[in-house]
Amino acid sequence: MYRYDEFDHQFVRERTAQFRDQAERRLRGELTEDEFRPLRLMNGLYLQLHAYMLRVAIPYGTLSGRQMRQLAMIADKYDKGYGHFTTRQNIQYNWIKLEETADILGHLADVEMHAIQTSGNCIRNVTTDHWAGAAADEIADPRPVGELLRQWSSLHPEFSYLPRKFKIAVTGAPHDRAAVKVHDIGLRLHRNAEGKVGWEVIVGGGQGRTPMIGVTVRDFLPEHELIAYLEAIMRVYNLYGRRDNKYKARIKILVHELGAERFKAEVEAEYARKPQASTEVEERELARIAAYFAPPPFERLPRWSAAFEEARLAQPDFARWARNNLAAHKVDGYTIVNISLKPEGGIPGDATGDQMRLMAQLAETYSHDELRVSHAQNIVLPHVKKDDVFAVWQALDAAALATPNYGLAGDIIACPGLDYCALATARSIPVAQSISRKFADIGRQEEIGQIKINISGCINACGHHHVGHIGILGLDKKGEEFYQITLGGSSAEHSSIGTILGPGFAGHEVADAIDKILETYLKIREPGEEFIAAYRRVGPKPFKEALYAAA
Amino acid sequence: MTTTEKGQIVTANRLRDGIAVFLTRSGEWSEAIDDAVLALEPEAAAGLEQRARLAEQACLVTGSYLVDAERRAGQVRAAHIRERMRALGPTVRPDLGKQAEGKANSFAAPEGV
Repeated sequence: MYRYDEFDHQFVRERTAQFRDQAERRLRGELTEDEFRPLRLMNGLYLQLHAYMLRVAIPYGTLSGRQMRQLAMIADKYDKGYGHFTTRQNIQYNWIKLEETADILGHLADVEMHAIQTSGNCIRNVTTDHWAGAAADEIADPRPVGELLRQWSSLHPEFSYLPRKFKIAVTGAPHDRAAVKVHDIGLRLHRNAEGKVGWEVIVGGGQGRTPMIGVTVRDFLPEHELIAYLEAIMRVYNLYGRRDNKYKARIKILVHELGAERFKAEVEAEYARKPQASTEVEERELARIAAYFAPPPFERLPRWSAAFEEARLAQPDFARWARNNLAAHKVDGYTIVNISLKPEGGIPGDATGDQMRLMAQLAETYSHDELRVSHAQNIVLPHVKKDDVFAVWQALDAAALATPNYGLAGDIIACPGLDYCALATARSIPVAQSISRKFADIGRQEEIGQIKINISGCINACGHHHVGHIGILGLDKKGEEFYQITLGGSSAEHSSIGTILGPGFAGHEVADAIDKILETYLKIREPGEEFIAAYRRVGPKPFKEALYAAA
Repeated sequence: MTTTEKGQIVTANRLRDGIAVFLTRSGEWSEAIDDAVLALEPEAAAGLEQRARLAEQACLVTGSYLVDAERRAGQVRAAHIRERMRALGPTVRPDLGKQAEGKANSFAAPEGV
């Protein structure tokens, strides 16, 4: 894992002291709210429905046990005993006091963390594959590039006042788990015909009120050119991106309005205008960073673990969880453990302080002291020996963290919605809960198979509804909540935006509607065909008929 | 028969901790929506807004605004679900927020999903 050097430490400490002073001046009335709002937002502090909310950055979703324990301490001491893991691989606290925020930032700095650039019109937390460094299908660990981008973009003076917020995602694997095509910039590592690796640079994807799939501006960029090339993209955006209308200010609108070809030409012209004399410094820095992400000292183990197989035979509950929640590791004898934060009827992404501490302890004991937060709001133990998996499961099970629904219908993405969020138009979490209860039978979830149900409580789409196989969007219709259903979205390598199926539903009708959609799928699917593949084959018609024909 | 009065109340967030609060008749800020003073006329509402602006200048609250509401049998109910939510706490955590602290009223409970 990356460790702060003296400059990182000093920078975060100074920033905390600066915010302490700003907050004190605000409380004394020396700053107005209009003056203070941008300052607090630059430090991740929002004002929500019930209290302040603090969003803490978890760079590329990677945490050590010590960091997770500190997050648990903050949840217990400064919040109400829990936190919410977000679709940007961050954590949010819902009940924060302004007068205590600087103290919290100090505690975060103690463990090399902060809340800088988790809000505002700047480059936000860089996200990546939550299985980075562990996945069997990976070409290379994308986190060194993630860290390079973090350092480059943190308080970058040229990119601190962009037309709008800016989100970057990086994947080092052919199977895209980082949703790179629906980010402002997506970076995808791939191999060319000669076996060399390079980065595909995708620009102008995004969700929100105008969902778009990004366009490829460079198919094969050498790694050492990444920063210079991204700078050219940012400059074109900074210069031409609209500032007159917040809803047209994202880079996707610029790419769309200019057209992909002209946008590319502008970027290439900017890149050519100021060529980097040398990329030596960057290469050296990347090598320095990459050393921190060297693989942990894996043991040489057989692929097959007798202890694991015996436990599977003896314990059907463990066997089911192992079937659904483990993923293939690149090293023999190891596996990736996915901890579902989606218990039946629970709040997607919420974890208590006690649960965080338990996960920290399991990471320290069994996973080379590493945890990951996934954009689907789950936690990953990336490097667990198969011999140890049964012990991990027993500990998780005792803490209500062993729900065997990873990737299934109960594994729902949901934003906080109107239960917490000042921007929301409808509640998300209760809808997730009602669907989760409807599909409480894990056997039925397994029969349905891989499915992504994503729920947003407003058009800003924090719950990624546009790219859910089934997307649900909560809206306000004359003061009442109602929900639109979309089908056919995907954030994987063949990304697509879902299309609205028909008229919306009241909150209490949504779970039944999802049930009808999935029953229809079970009837029409071909052997082994996943939901998204079946939908792409048959289109919306049979689903529309099932939902609306009888009405 | 209980009469229903319709009008507007003023709400804001308390500056130091962000808790949703409501302006009372005596000019205090209460966490309980039932304590809110209801302005029945536009002139009265403008007067409440003015008091709220002074409270903002005094660094007591921030982001004050008027909300449509009604009062019946001593209970105040905001017209919009968003405001009922602020008066209650998260509906998915009835153990937390005003609803758990005896500061919400049953009137405010939104319909379950």
